[in-house]
Amino acid sequence: MTAKIKPSKGAPYARILGVGGYRPTRVVPNEEILKHIDSSDEWIRSRSGIATRHWAGPDETVAAMSVEAGGKAIADAGLTPEQIGAVIVSTVSHLKQTPAVATEIAHLLGTGKPAAFDISAGCAGFGYGLTLAKGMITDGTAEHVLVIGVERLSDLTDLEDRATAFLFGDGAGAVVVGPSKEPAIGPTVWGSEGDKSDTITQTLPWDVYREQDAADVRYPALRQEGQAVFRWAVYEMAKVAQQALDEAGISADELDAFIPHQANMRIIDSMIKTLKLPEHVTVARDVETTGNTSAASIPLAMERLLATGQAKSGDTALVIGFGAGLVYAATVVTLP
Amino acid sequence: MAATQEEILEGLAEIVNEIAGIPTEDVLLDKSFTDDLDVDSLSMVEVVVAAEERFDVKIPDDDVKNLKTVGDAVEYILKHQG
Ligand SMILES: CC(C)(COP(=O)(O)OP(=O)(O)OC[C@H]1O[C@@H](n2cnc3c(N)ncnc32)[C@H](O)[C@@H]1OP(=O)(O)O)[C@@H](O)C(=O)NCCC(=O)NCCS
Repeated sequence: MTAKIKPSKGAPYARILGVGGYRPTRVVPNEEILKHIDSSDEWIRSRSGIATRHWAGPDETVAAMSVEAGGKAIADAGLTPEQIGAVIVSTVSHLKQTPAVATEIAHLLGTGKPAAFDISAGCAGFGYGLTLAKGMITDGTAEHVLVIGVERLSDLTDLEDRATAFLFGDGAGAVVVGPSKEPAIGPTVWGSEGDKSDTITQTLPWDVYREQDAADVRYPALRQEGQAVFRWAVYEMAKVAQQALDEAGISADELDAFIPHQANMRIIDSMIKTLKLPEHVTVARDVETTGNTSAASIPLAMERLLATGQAKSGDTALVIGFGAGLVYAATVVTLP
Repeated sequence: MAATQEEILEGLAEIVNEIAGIPTEDVLLDKSFTDDLDVDSLSMVEVVVAAEERFDVKIPDDDVKNLKTVGDAVEYILKHQG
């Protein structure tokens, strides 16, 4: 007999209710990067727009940074930790796979017993987490979801690799997503292109240490084919961003803010041109002082735009993340 | 319809102007992208992407390296346009 199962009942829509960020205390200027690679401050600034980045110290673990950012986001949403029904953590740089770091973070935040799990979607991780959160809220499986993007990419940076040594930074960004009477998170345009998986990748899998003497193996790091990734980003990702606008029914004129993944200022500048964003649209340029923090970059940049008054609550923002996979996710949101 | 050499040069000049802000009249066949026109390796990628759209041609990453001058690019597009 097929018995009738009672369906879950969710909110009509979801919205971002609060945002929080954590940047490690140590600021690393380009001069420090130059100790290990043949380059110049001028070259790094002109090719990437990056002047400084934050690198985490021993106490600024993935969990510790997440707790700081997550706690701020919960407070910003006007909630208490017990009201969080699910914790989603996107990261590629938590170097202990099991258990999911989300469970430890949920515990340290005092959230009780929420659903908690990690996802791996590289620099698109924030958009992937946000999309899951929205689905959970409209489905009714959670009322408030904490989405955290967190990275310690300095642990996976080869200081002697000219193509990446200057790019990456550490930090955590978080949002709380909850119920809404009005649509405040648009349709997500997302996808993957696994045929390009080699363009951004960890050099070696961890099990190399089982086969070889650790002393003979260069520690795994992130590598990329910079030009191929740049080309993909400026060509394909501008189209994805446009599609997210179209699907949300928002014109470039109606936008208040553009918060792209903070990979490289040159990619951001190129996207602005292709999307023909009008002057009045505030553009997140956090990469200059934060570097590329992968899954953390969009919520960190969002928090800074709001904290500095460059954007305000209720503004309409286009967000797009893209990176290793290759994967991408774009949507339009109402800012908290 | 395939573009002529003059049309390609004109189109490229507009693209370089749009991306690097170089006056179109300075974009001449013998000019080097990096040395004369201030088009660095990343701007070059943008030029290539725009040229691909405009002239219906594919320019793979490996070939981009060989396009040192405007003339190299014009010749490449002339040969490979669809
Ligand atoms: C990394 C990146 C800045 C490198 O720029 P690039 O122009 O592609 O660099 P290339 O390797 O082609 O090198 C171009 C020139 O700069 C030189 N160069 C490369 N790295 C250098 C460095 N760190 N410092 C100084 N010069 C450097 C090269 O030797 C080359 O010189 P040449 O033309 O005289 O031979 C760029 O490719 C990039 O940012 N790509 C996107 C990466 C990204 O954002 N990924 C994350 C997405 S999530």
